[in-house]
Amino acid sequence: MSSVQSVQKTNDFVIKFANINGTGSASANELFARAIMGMGVPVAPRNIFPSNIQGMPTWYEVRVSGEGWLGRRGGCEMMVAMNPQTWDRDVAELAPGGYLFYDSTKMLPRSRFRDDIVVLGLPLTDICTREYADQRQRMLMKNIMYVGALTALLDMDFKAVEGLITQQYRGKDKLIASNLHALKTGYEEAKAAFDCPIGLRVERSDMVGDRIFVNGNDACGLGAVYGGATVAAWYPITPSTSVIESFSSYCRKFRTDPNNGMARYAIVQCEDELASIGMVIGASWNGARAFTATSGPGISLMQEFFGLAYFAEVPAVVFNVQRGGPSTGMPTRTQQSDLLACAYASHGDTKHVLLFPEDPYECFTFGAQAFDLAERLQTPVFVMADLDIGMNEVLCKPFDWDDSRRYDRGKVMSAADLDAGKNFGRYLDVDGDGIPYRTIPATHPTKGAFFSRGTTRNAYAKYSETGTDYVYNMERLRRKLVTARKLVPAPVVKKAALPTRFGAIYYGSTSPAMAEAFAMLEEQHIHVDIMRVRGFPFADEVVDFINDHDQVFVVEQNEAGQLRMLLVNECEIDPKRLVRVLHYDGTPITAGFIAGKIADAVKQDNVTPLRKQVAS
Amino acid sequence: MTYLAKPKLLRPDTPKNAVGYTKRDYEGAISTLCAGCGHDSISASIVQACFDLDIEPHRVAKLSGIGCSSKTPDYFLGASHGFNTTHGRMPSVLTGAAVANRDLLYLGISGDGDSASIGIGQFAHAMRRGVNMTYIVENNGVYGLTKGQFSATADKGSKSKRGVINNDTPIDLVSLALQLGASYVARSFSGDKEQLIPLIKGAMRHRGPALIDVISPCVTFNNHQGSTRSYDYVREHNEAINRVDVILPRDKITASYAPGELRRVVQHDGSVLMLRKLHADYDPSDRVGAMNYLQERQAVGEIVTGLIYVDSSAEDLHRYLNTVETPLNKLGDADLCPGSKALEALNASLRCNP
Repeated sequence: MSSVQSVQKTNDFVIKFANINGTGSASANELFARAIMGMGVPVAPRNIFPSNIQGMPTWYEVRVSGEGWLGRRGGCEMMVAMNPQTWDRDVAELAPGGYLFYDSTKMLPRSRFRDDIVVLGLPLTDICTREYADQRQRMLMKNIMYVGALTALLDMDFKAVEGLITQQYRGKDKLIASNLHALKTGYEEAKAAFDCPIGLRVERSDMVGDRIFVNGNDACGLGAVYGGATVAAWYPITPSTSVIESFSSYCRKFRTDPNNGMARYAIVQCEDELASIGMVIGASWNGARAFTATSGPGISLMQEFFGLAYFAEVPAVVFNVQRGGPSTGMPTRTQQSDLLACAYASHGDTKHVLLFPEDPYECFTFGAQAFDLAERLQTPVFVMADLDIGMNEVLCKPFDWDDSRRYDRGKVMSAADLDAGKNFGRYLDVDGDGIPYRTIPATHPTKGAFFSRGTTRNAYAKYSETGTDYVYNMERLRRKLVTARKLVPAPVVKKAALPTRFGAIYYGSTSPAMAEAFAMLEEQHIHVDIMRVRGFPFADEVVDFINDHDQVFVVEQNEAGQLRMLLVNECEIDPKRLVRVLHYDGTPITAGFIAGKIADAVKQDNVTPLRKQVAS
Repeated sequence: MTYLAKPKLLRPDTPKNAVGYTKRDYEGAISTLCAGCGHDSISASIVQACFDLDIEPHRVAKLSGIGCSSKTPDYFLGASHGFNTTHGRMPSVLTGAAVANRDLLYLGISGDGDSASIGIGQFAHAMRRGVNMTYIVENNGVYGLTKGQFSATADKGSKSKRGVINNDTPIDLVSLALQLGASYVARSFSGDKEQLIPLIKGAMRHRGPALIDVISPCVTFNNHQGSTRSYDYVREHNEAINRVDVILPRDKITASYAPGELRRVVQHDGSVLMLRKLHADYDPSDRVGAMNYLQERQAVGEIVTGLIYVDSSAEDLHRYLNTVETPLNKLGDADLCPGSKALEALNASLRCNP
């Protein structure tokens, strides 16, 4: 053991927990992550879980980054190997000089270990059997016990972990006592068995600030509450289900009438995704703000209805928490592979509004904004989250809300407008933005009623198969989508230290990895301006950005380069100028991957210097 | 098909109902269906029912799917908002609309293809969910717009116009609705307005899912020898179990009914269904009995019509959802947005370093 060159790192390492799902490890692992953040050190944890409830392997990867990088890094310096099923691959994954922590109750042959790692065995099962009489407690407390051991090994603040447990189980004294006992036992056993701390350490810092720790699905549900949604219609599907659970729990808290306990919201679990989107369209048509949450297979099922909402011009908000496709694909892995399915959903000529949140903060903000956009534009709006930000807790900016803000209900004609004799043509473009006025059913006893339909009609909503009526309508819809360019969140640009002819475009959950890749490239004197696209149809700045650079890398988490296709298609860009950087194995993209791909491409180009030539 | 629009001018003595509307105010655009189509009779019955019930037209939302029947909402209640949705999916759109505003009356118009073939899933779930609606199926056993294919309600052994025999077992939407928990279930015949109009009125005053399956012969594709949905066939095999009169709370019961043959059903809103029994031992409040009776009569080739089942104390989806009395679409910013203070408290609870 002494011959091993062990890793020595403070506030910059990855620790991975290999567990079996359904054994209660998730809450212990999260406690560990929170404890480190409690010490002011940023952490990016990620669940890697199966589509299964019990008995399958599951991993929890915690990246500790004093510098605050929140993207997945890959690799691992410490493995907490609690799952015999995956032992060999878990041991193999450790970096040379890394630390293997395991339950040494059962002896393992030397061949199952490696010579270049530090092995830390603690007989957790034996200790639990000694300390607890109850079978269930023996299983659950093993998890808290290894957190205790890690507290000692990594030199963490024991008091802080204790505090978290007390806070978590407030009001349940029995649970607090047994958990604290497990924590303390693990801590003391590790102190006695090993030379604590090891080479990996957590040192108190102040890099967390006032940030919050929350998952994107939770934030989407909250965004829907703040956005004024009253109707949620949904069908369970991984990884979007918890959006509705979140909406439901925030509604119970914020939308229950204090006088009579009645609900200022309605949540209907549907028979399938067709019914979900149908109800959303029905409720929106009737003047309520309504949404559904789904994932790829649900999007496929909803296609016909998206066409109806687009053509009949009914608002609808869809939270699409993307997972690996096609078909059932990888239900518990992340991807950004539904862009095309959403952008051009349904038959005929359609185009839809997409928003790309980078983290839970934007899931909340865009989630609320989506309802204003859907009503302003009278069309479906897709909030394109994904499993990585949806189902993992992410350190992000605290949520904010401007109390002077009022919901934008868009162009709705009131009874007073109708009485005043305003010309109401349901599909009439009165001011050139392509958006017509609508009326909500029952607005006026005799005026403003119209028949909504998916068939063609004239500007006054009368059935028409006349070519000119059809073309008027289609051209107006195009104008409406042009209007949308200015309403969706604007792109965000970060300039390289020096002027450069290289650019990179990215979106959504790629954000933290891209930010880190940018820093890595800068360090190598490879200068790349980066632009984060936040909405579709693309704002004019996106085209300008591409035109300002000779070559633009399009970084995405899908196999086809779907955003690139949209850029080529919508902005009439020469495809040669857009270089694909694609990561799509179901794990979140890493900075190393992005920086590597871009550096290779730049070197292949053999370009020196990397500065933009200034015309003399 | 009627080609001439009716004149807009009305005689000064045109009768008005209690809310000041004439019957013409309940009409819609001119029908484009075939002359003699049963569906047009159903539209006329809806117009009459709404006029009689003093419903302000704008208080009705009419929704439909796709097909001949689903085109009809354009032909009645022109002052109501309507929504011609997608094929077989009207029930979900109607459910969403009903959830958004509990104060309106929801009228779903569908056909046998729309409800029993492509839309049977949504039909079933809207019934079991307890949506407060009147759901009318204009049932002709045939696809009219695509020229004469069988639908899922076509009887086994019935013959299409081209001479093809249907071998598939028919779906009976009435039996399905009974099993799925609909609380007002009726069947009628488009050629029998005397029976149909009161059934529609009863359904529109009912709280909960009300289904009326209306046999409506297709004059073009399903009115021939060998069809079991032709005018002649239905008249011959019609087995009416009762006749309904709907009496509104403000009306006095003036008609004289012979005692013993009457059954009074008081609905949640105080309206009374006066059921003249045609079958002495038929009890429309007995769901299981109704299901058995239907099966028995069906086995001998009879089409049972009338009010087959009613649960006058039924609840609806809004009760299950415990939604506030104010329609959800009327709630304003202050009712909906928790504001920045609540968000700050929430942020505090989501921080790791207290």
